[in-house]
Amino acid sequence: MVVSEAASSPAASKPAALEMRGVTKRFPGVVANDHIDLDVRRGEIHALLGENGAGKTTLMNILYGLVTPDEGEILLGGKPVTIASPADAISQGISMVHQHFMLVPVLTVAENILLGEEPMANPVLMDRKAAHTRIRELGRFFGTEIDPDLRVASLSVGWQQRVEILKALYRNADILVLDEPTAVLTPQETKEIFAVLRRLTAEGTSIIFISHKLYEVLEIADRITVIRRGKVVGSRIPSETDEDDLAELMVGREVELTVDRGESHPADVTLAVAGLTVSDDRGHEVVHGLDFEVRAGEVFGIAGVAGNGQDELVEALAGLRRPAGGTVELSGRTITGASPRRLHNLRVGFVPADRHRYGLVLVFPLTDNSVLTSYYRAPYSRGLVRDADAIGRHAEQVIKDFDVRTPSPLVHASTLSGGNQQKLIVGREFFGDLRLLVLDQPTRGLDVGSIEFIHRQVIAKRDAGTAVLLISAELDEVLELSDRTAVMYRGRLVAVVDGRSATREEVGLLMATGGREGPPPIIAEGAA
Amino acid sequence: MNLRRARDAAIIPGLAIVLALVFGSLIVIFSSPLIFGLDLTLPLVAYKALVEGSFGSFGAVISTIVNAAPLILAGLAVGVAFKAGLFNIGAQGQFLTGGLAAAAVGAWLAHAPGPVAIPLALVAAILVGSVYGAIPGFLKAYTGAHEVVTTIMLNYIALYIVAYVVTGPLRAVGATFARTPDVGNASLPILVGGNGHLGVLFAFVAIPLAWWLLYRSTIGFEIRTVGAGPDAARYAGMRPRLLIVVTMAFCGGLAGLAGAGEILGLTGFMPAGYSTNVGFDGITVALLGQAHPIGIMFAGILLGAMRAGAPLMQIEAGVPAQMVDVLQGAILFFLTAEILVRYLFRIRAKSAKVAELQTVASSYGGQATPTQ
Amino acid sequence: MDFILHVPVIGLLLQFIGYLVGVMTTNGSLIITLSTPIALGALCGFMNERSGVVNIGIEGMMLFAAFVGWYVAALVNGGAPTSPGPLGITFPLLVGLLAAIVAGVAVSALHAWLSITVRANQIISGTIINIEALAITGYLNLLISQNPIPSAGNFQSFHVPQGVASVPVLGWLLTTFLGHGPITLTMLVLVIVLQILLFRSRWGLRTRAAGEHPRAAETLGIDVIRLRYRNVLLGGVLAGLAGAWFTLEYIGTFQGGMTNGRGFIALAALIFGRWTPIGAFGAALVFGIADALGQAVSFNPPSGDLGAVLSGVPEQVFSALPYLVTIIVLAGVVGRSIPPAADGQPYEREAKAT
Repeated sequence: MVVSEAASSPAASKPAALEMRGVTKRFPGVVANDHIDLDVRRGEIHALLGENGAGKTTLMNILYGLVTPDEGEILLGGKPVTIASPADAISQGISMVHQHFMLVPVLTVAENILLGEEPMANPVLMDRKAAHTRIRELGRFFGTEIDPDLRVASLSVGWQQRVEILKALYRNADILVLDEPTAVLTPQETKEIFAVLRRLTAEGTSIIFISHKLYEVLEIADRITVIRRGKVVGSRIPSETDEDDLAELMVGREVELTVDRGESHPADVTLAVAGLTVSDDRGHEVVHGLDFEVRAGEVFGIAGVAGNGQDELVEALAGLRRPAGGTVELSGRTITGASPRRLHNLRVGFVPADRHRYGLVLVFPLTDNSVLTSYYRAPYSRGLVRDADAIGRHAEQVIKDFDVRTPSPLVHASTLSGGNQQKLIVGREFFGDLRLLVLDQPTRGLDVGSIEFIHRQVIAKRDAGTAVLLISAELDEVLELSDRTAVMYRGRLVAVVDGRSATREEVGLLMATGGREGPPPIIAEGAA
Repeated sequence: MNLRRARDAAIIPGLAIVLALVFGSLIVIFSSPLIFGLDLTLPLVAYKALVEGSFGSFGAVISTIVNAAPLILAGLAVGVAFKAGLFNIGAQGQFLTGGLAAAAVGAWLAHAPGPVAIPLALVAAILVGSVYGAIPGFLKAYTGAHEVVTTIMLNYIALYIVAYVVTGPLRAVGATFARTPDVGNASLPILVGGNGHLGVLFAFVAIPLAWWLLYRSTIGFEIRTVGAGPDAARYAGMRPRLLIVVTMAFCGGLAGLAGAGEILGLTGFMPAGYSTNVGFDGITVALLGQAHPIGIMFAGILLGAMRAGAPLMQIEAGVPAQMVDVLQGAILFFLTAEILVRYLFRIRAKSAKVAELQTVASSYGGQATPTQ
Repeated sequence: MDFILHVPVIGLLLQFIGYLVGVMTTNGSLIITLSTPIALGALCGFMNERSGVVNIGIEGMMLFAAFVGWYVAALVNGGAPTSPGPLGITFPLLVGLLAAIVAGVAVSALHAWLSITVRANQIISGTIINIEALAITGYLNLLISQNPIPSAGNFQSFHVPQGVASVPVLGWLLTTFLGHGPITLTMLVLVIVLQILLFRSRWGLRTRAAGEHPRAAETLGIDVIRLRYRNVLLGGVLAGLAGAWFTLEYIGTFQGGMTNGRGFIALAALIFGRWTPIGAFGAALVFGIADALGQAVSFNPPSGDLGAVLSGVPEQVFSALPYLVTIIVLAGVVGRSIPPAADGQPYEREAKAT
């Protein structure tokens, strides 16, 4: 692949809206941005591609005034500017849609959009009428009007994303930064957002699109800049590159985009779920009578947009939430509502989605974390007395077997990178001979190397005869690992398809609509 | 290695004490016109008397240790709860109710043989303190009511319970003021000096016990896990709610034991207006000792010394003993304002410092425990 | 169960409810008076917590302000009698009130610095304030009492003219709500004003955003740190007013520890009132009733069976009632009353490494 000079791009004739020159930011122990140069032209969509942790978000936080750079300068329309705070960025016409939504859930759509630039009726009170009119007008951009008085917490994820974009429109942004905007969207919702972005660029807005998904970047971008370990490693235009080229650039070595999963040999039913009903914290039923089975030696994947009842399902299966109805059986034994301790004793491993909240105690050393779910058993303790030597030996073995990069087993878990933290959890939960493995978003936010490693371990467990239940909002992950794939939509499994022949489009459509006709709903399931 | 860690742990508390003494001398100087007229040397006179009264003689040292013992127990009552993510401001109420129980049982068994009366009075104090500690633990675990507010309320209620019992059903007949009858044979034997009673030993036994429990036992591991990550604890198969109640009961028992030591070892009865603030001082001890049993021991001895030296300071310098309270508050302030201490003494922060007390719950309004 | 046993109990309960209603109507003015420090304290907490700062140091702030207000007023007064204006307002009392407010703001500044800039644990910061306020006021009060100085008196209640007060209903309403000193009257106005501002003003919107999701507010150009400082300092004004109520309006002297837990009860009122000014005021009234009941029973005991039963109840039970009610309310309501999401979480401006 030839590095294409920007001169050959059709957007080359347009003037630069933004230039970042030699931007450098060091954090303790890591150079997040190392002399990064970036230029974005008027009306172009410029993709910033890189792995998790490559420094994309830091660069954009610098542009948005959330992080102060150590070196480098920023030029807007050719003039150097200082952006010391988000207020500066907004006044310079820069808006940003953050990876984790910057929406206040208890406030209304209108309040979220106005915040910081409130139209005033008098020096003290706000002018709500004027605000509502303006928001309804802007809402037409999406083809659907939105009620400004709805609480943001009640919106579906796709509509929350639209509110984020409305915030930018309300502020008349010239430059719009979108940080991983499609991470939570279905392929169909992604298409809609792409259409909106193209309309925006047609009106002269410049867009910086951050992603680590190769096919998306190839589809939407006019130009692509790839960042690896804080440095710009190349630029491409989509017509002159492909996924393999971009992947190699992004990771720095040739990568297999998919793990070779081989043949699976499903045996007896290990996990049998029948009529399982689960309610959320507020008592609303969010999982409606699920039926499914997972056999020993197979990976059963459940795909779905976040917030369709997966969290409650997982919590019910892991003993963290009492089911409202139905039965769960493990190898013929009823385990409905069993405690985490009992499940663990029955050789069920569980990798939770939120590794900081559930999976680890961050202020504890790796030793203690390596026995978090088995600390009470021999040889780690006898009666009331803990055996520090046995715990230490176990930790060292997990660290060795699962490639956890750490200076010592005695450092706090908080000092590890996300990938190594996750490998520690996986190492702990995969340890020994397991009947069932429940994996909830096992690779969220990890680098490619860690993802590959964990995926290979999952396949190894499957081949050793463990039944694996994989729940993930990352469609690609489910497609890559599952022998059978189900789609969860509004608390129900709407379809079970063959894991090997299913396509992204087919499953994506099921995720978006549940297989029914008509547009996806605005209000999220279970919302008041 | 361990010595270096101890030094690192002690440096900020040590400097906080120095700054608090400076702050205290400013207060003494500015308030000196209210005593004898403006006197710039008064702080030196006062601090000299404070040291003399606490370490200047054998009797002074005994007095320091006797004062330190209940503070150490109360400090552990607060510090162990810290480890479980609980802020036990209620040590004072547990201390008072425990003391009251010891006074009641002691008075009842005043004429029974000591080996019978003493253990029973002690057990009563520990039990009542445990129950009084378990109440806010239960409320926290099963209703979500934050222990900071409920324990403070229970402290006030404990005051009224003592007032009622001492002026009512247990009032000693013929006494010149409202008080319970003498505990007689239930008083703790004096082992050394004028008032070096048996109860002092309890504190010094409790320190290694608490250390072992927290750092070497499975239940201690569970307590610390609940404090550092309540959701992770649930995921790990622990029972956070039960652990919260058990921890609070344990802490309440320690505070109750402190109360028993004071009543059975020193006063011999419970007066209606009993105003010893050992439970509140336990907060200072626990924070100054960084919630670690060894740290709590040193902090307890320091504060015990200040209590022991205060009377001499009042006599020789005319500075009221309440100055010690002011110093305690100031120590806490400088301890918390670590950033200021580091700035003043040019000490750089360790890179990956994890605050020992981060686990103390930060908000008290919401459902503090998980719903299951 | 024995059916007959229950009849006298139910009868007593009905009598008690009747007595309680009587206490509430005849002592309405007293109830509002007694709920003033709780309501003002809760408003102080409201200002703090809505923007994301937990404040359990209200008790200490009130106590310190009560002491400073009283002492400054007494010093300015100098023992010379002054002729009071309406509501018993005199120059020394006004200076004392101002001093109390300054004291409240000063202690709040300390809390703001510790919890916003130092990012210390906010509950510990509040605890330090409580401990130190009790210690310093106790120490200084002891020294002052060795050479006592006469206090400057206190504010007086507004007297509804006899003619208006005797009008049915209206007269009761006016005496109950207006028959108060200036600090209580200010509290009543503040409750309404703050309620409106919270939901309809720019300040209110930004405060709510900062307390729920400070990072989101920051990304829209709002200076969260400054907003929190401002709110905590303004909260100090309210704590100062609450403190002044003790020594300059309710009783004209200072006693060590005289706030007696009112600052903590205020926190419970704030939670019970779901972090809104009107709700907190309503909750404060509940505590005011619990407070007034003890006074009513001793000054105006009920007759009949109920009187016989209540006279057997130790006085300490009534004294402990507000604290008991606080625990019951907290245990019953928490979990359904949801605090601002970022309450108690220090805010770091610079985003961390990815």
